[in-house]
Formats: sequence, C-alpha cells, structure tokens
Amino acid sequence: MIRRKTAIAGLGATPYWKRGQSAPRTMNELVGQAIIAACADAGLEVTEVDGLAYYSGGFDSSYLMETLGIPELRFSAMLTGSGGGSAGAVGLAAAAVVAGLAKHVIVVGGNQQGEVRFGSITKSYDRTPANAFFEAAGLIGPGHMFALLAQRQMHDYGYTREMFGAVAINARENAMEHPLALMKKPLDMDLYLSAPPIADPLCLYDFCLESDGAIAVLVTSTERARDLRRKPVIVQGSTHGGERGWGRSLYWMNMPAGQFLSSGHRSVARDLYAQTGVGPEDIDVAQIYDHFTPQVIAQLEDYGFCKPGEGGGFVLSGAIRRGGSLPINTDGGQLSGAYVWGMTHIREAVEQMRGTAHHQIAGAELALVTGGPSNAPMSGLILAES
Amino acid sequence: MSEIAVSPPEALFTLATDRWTAPFWEAARQRRLTACRCGNCGAFRMPPTPFCPECRSQEVEWPDLPGTGTLFSFSVVRRAITPEMEGHLPYVPALVDLDQAPGARLISNVVGCRLGELRIGARLVVGWRERSDGVVLPEFRLGE
Ligand SMILES: [Zn+2]
Repeated sequence: MIRRKTAIAGLGATPYWKRGQSAPRTMNELVGQAIIAACADAGLEVTEVDGLAYYSGGFDSSYLMETLGIPELRFSAMLTGSGGGSAGAVGLAAAAVVAGLAKHVIVVGGNQQGEVRFGSITKSYDRTPANAFFEAAGLIGPGHMFALLAQRQMHDYGYTREMFGAVAINARENAMEHPLALMKKPLDMDLYLSAPPIADPLCLYDFCLESDGAIAVLVTSTERARDLRRKPVIVQGSTHGGERGWGRSLYWMNMPAGQFLSSGHRSVARDLYAQTGVGPEDIDVAQIYDHFTPQVIAQLEDYGFCKPGEGGGFVLSGAIRRGGSLPINTDGGQLSGAYVWGMTHIREAVEQMRGTAHHQIAGAELALVTGGPSNAPMSGLILAES
Repeated sequence: MSEIAVSPPEALFTLATDRWTAPFWEAARQRRLTACRCGNCGAFRMPPTPFCPECRSQEVEWPDLPGTGTLFSFSVVRRAITPEMEGHLPYVPALVDLDQAPGARLISNVVGCRLGELRIGARLVVGWRERSDGVVLPEFRLGE
C-alpha cells in the first residue's frame, strides 16, 4: 500500500506559453527548467534526484541525466497510454519510493506544440492498420472523436449545450483573475452558445487550449518530506488502469453502450477510494482533466459526485464553482488556464493542499486530480493537506 | 439546415493493413461489407485484431453482411483544422452498429443527406466510394 507513505515535497514549472511561443527553447530545456525549479522549491540539490517517472511517452532519462548532472538513476519508468496517466505518474513515483527503489523521484510532464499541433495530433500518428479505421472517416483530431461521445451523451441523458457551457464558463471565471492563466476574456452563456461549431456538438469553448510548458513535482517519503523546505503535501493514494470495455476508447469506438457514456474512469475511481479510505463526499476540491467539456461531466459521474446522467444538472447547478459543493479546476483548468498534459491539475492540487492557491478553497484538506479520459490507462490521485 | 453531408478529405488518409485487417479492405474493394467474426465462438470484433477477446482463438471468418445498420452517434465537422480539409466540409463521421454483426461498430461516414435529417438511431445503408488511390471505403446513406 502506498497510502500516505509519500508526499510531494517540491513543485516547479516553466511559464505557460500559447502554442509554439516557447520557441526557441527546446522541449528538454523546458523539462529541465521544471525539474530544477521543483528541486529548488523542495530545498534539494538536483544531484539528489535518483528517480524519474513519466506518462504519455515520457522523456529520455539518459539525456536528462547528462544535461542536469544527475549522478545515479535508480528508477526510470512510464505509464503507457497518453494524457490518462498524468495523475497516475505520481502513484508510480510513490510506488518506487515505498518499494525502496529510489528516494527522490521526479514526475515531469510537458508539451511544446511548435512542431506537432495537438488539435490535429492524429494527423501526425503512424499510418497503422488499427488507425486506418478512424482515419478513413476523417477523424483528424481528438475533438472530432470526443464530439461523437458527446453527441451520444446528449441523446441518452438529455444533456444540453448549456451544460457543457457551464464547465467552460467555470473554467474561464477561475482563469480571469488567476496570474498564471492564459485566457482572460470574459465568457458568458450567450457568448458560449453563439460560438460557431467546430464539430457538432462541440464549439471552440469546449476544447482545451493548445499551449507550451513543463511542470515537475518531487515525490519522496512522507518522513523525508518533513525534513525538507516546504510543507509536505501527502499522497493519500493513486490508481491507474481501466476496463476492457473502454480500452482504446476514442480510437476504438466499440465501447458497449453504458461505458460509451462514461469517462473510462469507473474502475480507477472505485480502486482509488478503496485505496485511500475516502469517498467522494470527503473531497474538498477537484482538478478534473478538462480536454473537452463533456468529459468533465462524465468524470464527475465516474468519481461518484453525482449519478450517471445527473452530471449535466450538477454542473449547471453551480456546484463546481468556487462557492459550490465541489469547486473544480480552480486555476482555470486546461480550458482557460493552460494545457500541460494534465500537470497543471497536479500543480493546482498541490497549491490547494499547501494553502497557497490563488483561488484558495478555505479549509480544503483533500484534493482529487484526474488524468485524461483517453486510451487506457486512466488515472486518479488524491492529495491531502498535512 | 439545408447543407448536404459530403465525403471527408482524401488527402489525410493513407491505408495501412496487416494480415488481420486486410480482408476487410479487400472485401470493400469488391463492394462487400463484412466484419471480423471469431471462427471458434462466433463473437464479432472490429477493428480486426489477432485474437478473439472472448476465447483467444485466432480463427476468423468474414461473413457477408446485409450492408445495413443503425446510427449510434455522429458529428458534423464544419471547420477546417488543417488545410487539406478546405473544400471538403461539412462531413459527418458516424458510428454505425452493423446489422447481423452484434458488437461490431464501424467508424464511417454518412453522406448525401441534409444535416438536419441526421438522428441517432437512424437506419443506414452502405454505399461505396472509390478513392483516387484505388482504395474503396464504405460510406452510408440514410435508409428506411
Ligand atoms: Zn472467440
């Protein structure tokens, strides 16, 4: 069990840039800057890092050792899949620490979209026999695929565009005064509803941003973290995985009807609550992976904040706003803050548990972070105030 | 809405196959809609993969299907996100539950209808589109 045995002792990040604007900095440079900053935040020399944990393709540990002068590596591992693993990479690091494989493990994620635009990422995918089945139909970007999921959500649950809009507007309101967020223009329901559709039923405001940046956190034992500079943020627990009925999900589209309406997180959420000994009613603030607004609603259902089919009403009620029962994406999320493949969500949860968030939720003691609904594994993470 | 659904742009797709998927595309070249069925337990799976997820058999069959199905979900792509899409809008990616192939859902397109006629649950009939590279793709029209 990893429950409460490790903590996040350091947090580091580059600035956020709009897509491509981090050039001429290189991706490895951004990753290195985030790692150096995370170590400085913890009050630890970079040379004491002995583990690196990744997701979604990760980075080259040997190159990072070479350029950062990391003398010895004892753990270097990655969750498979894509953005679904962001929250789970912290669990991977925790597992390494609890197993005694490494002492100070960095989890780092980032993206630089100068060369590959994520909005049309499938265009850059390999011409594989499996991909042919979606590429032939003109599914060019993830937005096209998630539109197919959203259309069915609307049909089966009676969801409306206003419900998706409530997710987008909440993110924008949180971004408005947040010093790190990229999008500051006000967004109201009229503006949301009048935006031209990109792929029905999704419009521009349903899509996350395309941005550049890197974020790292340092995971160590809870005991060790208490000796370091910052107040530890306890890793209450983390799980990753998924069910066969979700599988390759948006690249597969053969999910049975019930799972087609989920976010693929059901088994991950069940296991996370069992591992951590807490339930949805205990969560004070949540950072829900928001690449597309309808998937935020599906995750709120999968994590038990409301029943399947009731998530649309839940977000429309204002429950997800800062004064609501479950404030979400308090930094503006990926819809209006910045898109760093899920790492912004981890960053904001750490800030909330330190009590240093810009939009601090008073008295928050437990924060949920989710990884992106995509091909399995998906992942979840619960952080606790110490 | 009076706009008509067209076929998606050709330029963004190049067919790749392996021994498990090739029979589907070969059948399409002959204007025959099929799906991968386990030769041992009869379970359908799409896209075709090396093993039956129900029984792990590698025996496969390629039955003739009636070429009809039901629209499970769809989107209307209205905005070009890459230059190759210009002039090929709007098109309609569609998920089609195939008749007589329970559990097999095909990612395809609906073409030739007014956008306002699209409904989840609509009945569909397959047609065929031959691309300039000779690859033949199934695409669906609204049926009875
Ligand atoms: Zn079988």
